[in-house]
Amino acid sequence: MSWFRKPSSAPLWRDEFSVYTADERYVNRRQFTKFLTLTSFGMMVGNLWILAKSALYRQPSGLRAVVATAGEIPVGGVKTFNYPTADDPCILVRTAADSYVAYSQKCTHLSCAVYFERQRHRLQCPCHQGFFSIADGSVLQGPPQRPLPRVALERQGGQLIAIRMEGESV
Amino acid sequence: MNGKPPQSRGLTAIDGAMVLIIVLLVVQIWLLSATLESYLAGHRDAAVPGAIISAILFAACFALYRFVDRIDSEVRKG
Repeated sequence: MSWFRKPSSAPLWRDEFSVYTADERYVNRRQFTKFLTLTSFGMMVGNLWILAKSALYRQPSGLRAVVATAGEIPVGGVKTFNYPTADDPCILVRTAADSYVAYSQKCTHLSCAVYFERQRHRLQCPCHQGFFSIADGSVLQGPPQRPLPRVALERQGGQLIAIRMEGESV
Repeated sequence: MNGKPPQSRGLTAIDGAMVLIIVLLVVQIWLLSATLESYLAGHRDAAVPGAIISAILFAACFALYRFVDRIDSEVRKG
């Protein structure tokens, strides 16, 4: 028993547009099945696209950018900057006289901009009340499921330099 | 022995295959959304099994489509 249709000498239109009412049920079902199979093909292409994007993804490395100069912002103050590209907003917070931390400013829930809540010493997303720890960017409360990606900083002379992103999602 | 005429039997087989394809498609939609969510969360290791399982599901759908096509051809010409 073959799984494939036997070759037919009848023209294609006779297969697709039957003149018999009883045959119409078959034609409709076959065409609907074809549509479902094409949808399945589309899903597979989607999965292959994700696979290709995953395989081709390279973590940007070695990109260094001066973020601020030491003493530029007061203790408890913040400065926003873009890193590693102009489309990636980040927030730098001076948590103590000699301590700076920087995170991606995009909330990991729905990408709203987070800000530093000085009184409670945490980062807050105003859209859906998500809160992140200023110490490590972990989620304290709210709908976000993932921590904020952290910007690794290096101090060189009087300058703070961003050297890479840590824990970054796509 | 089944008393149904061949045309009706063919239709039952096609309906069964269609239901199976729909079930596979629902699983594939879920798989795609789960893989995409995982990818966007930065977990790129889910992409390979996602793509393999999706390809298997598509192959099953395609085999069922060929089955429907063959039944249709046989019943209508027979």
